[in-house]
Amino acid sequence: MAGSNLTTTEYIQHHLQNLTFGLHPDNGWSIAKTAVEAKEMGFWAIHLDTMGWSIAMGVLFIWLFRKVGKVATTGVPGKLQCAIEMVFEFVENTVRGTFSHKNSLVGPMALTLFVWIFLMNLLKLVPVDIGPMLFAKLGVDYMKIVPTTDPNGTLGMALGVFILILYYSIKVKGPGGFAKELSFTPFNHWSLIPFNLVMEIIGLLVKPVSLGLRLFGNMFAGEVIFILIALLPFWVSWTLNVPWAIFHILIITLQAYIFMVLAVVYLNSAHEQH
Amino acid sequence: MNINMTLIGQTIAFAIFVWFCIKYVWPPISNALHERQRKIAEGLDAASRASRDLELAEAQASELLSESKQQASEILEQANKRSAQMIEEAREQARQEGERIVANAKAEIDQEINRAKDSLREQVSRLAIQGAEQVLGSAIDEKQHTKLVNDLANEL
Repeated sequence: MAGSNLTTTEYIQHHLQNLTFGLHPDNGWSIAKTAVEAKEMGFWAIHLDTMGWSIAMGVLFIWLFRKVGKVATTGVPGKLQCAIEMVFEFVENTVRGTFSHKNSLVGPMALTLFVWIFLMNLLKLVPVDIGPMLFAKLGVDYMKIVPTTDPNGTLGMALGVFILILYYSIKVKGPGGFAKELSFTPFNHWSLIPFNLVMEIIGLLVKPVSLGLRLFGNMFAGEVIFILIALLPFWVSWTLNVPWAIFHILIITLQAYIFMVLAVVYLNSAHEQH
Repeated sequence: MNINMTLIGQTIAFAIFVWFCIKYVWPPISNALHERQRKIAEGLDAASRASRDLELAEAQASELLSESKQQASEILEQANKRSAQMIEEAREQARQEGERIVANAKAEIDQEINRAKDSLREQVSRLAIQGAEQVLGSAIDEKQHTKLVNDLANEL
């Protein structure tokens, strides 16, 4: 429930505000006290909560899988090993079905994306008030614990994928081949080169943007609805909260899966020779 | 919801995690999985091979069994035949032996009879001579009449 001294709007805005550390024109390098301050910092700011939680989840992923990988035997696997191997095989099969070239990076990348995004999305099932409340006790004003509800987080990963797309496009086809592909598709005629270029470059740029915004949009919308549900009186909020949370078990897995598959598909098309 | 350096930070984090995954996570799990897959495939293969071997061995065993049964019956038959033969032979031998013994006994009896006849003849001839001596009252020259007496004895 909202604090007694907050209006509904303030409550929602508070819950959607990241903990921002950055270069403020007046205060210098500092943690933003208000949303306005955070906005004034512009580009030279970093969301501590997004970074912190996403790195924590990434480390959890690496630690968990590394732990299993170290003791992975060819004998009878334990329960944890079985679970990890199930995820691993699921990702490996998906990659094998989608990616038709030889590249030892794509498998690990897909695994990282899937598990990492899944873990970050999983934070959404933590009740919306717990993060801000606990950190308020520690004297931290803002705490948005789900990194995938921050467009920086999702677009950051999409940017990573985009860099890989560009890298492999140029590596596989050569700079000339890549330029040719941009210039001569979809219409193979010299007079239509400018048109083709505009089309292809838009198509290329849309890939990471759609990748990042799809995940962000889904997660953010879900988060907003969780916050709205939390505004209801406590005796009714659970009737909506529980179904929505159960529904989100599906959503968070699905979104992680979609992000992974699309990244693999984009990389596959980057390897394709025309 | 401002776009700021977090974007870059997240990209760097992504790169680092992918690198970690390539270096430390993917290879051991992948190796273990594929190794296990290979082992299981081998195990299944071995199992099917073993069952095939078992079938083969069973067939061989039953073949051997029937063969040995046949051999045993053959041996038994041979032994029976042999024993019958042996009995036959023994019987033959016994018969022959018996015949021989009988023949021997007969020969001995004949000999004995002859000897008895001879001694009788001799005694008779002597008695005849004594009788004749007494009848004639004089001595018969033994040397002169031996031939005569002997002829007489032989006629008895």
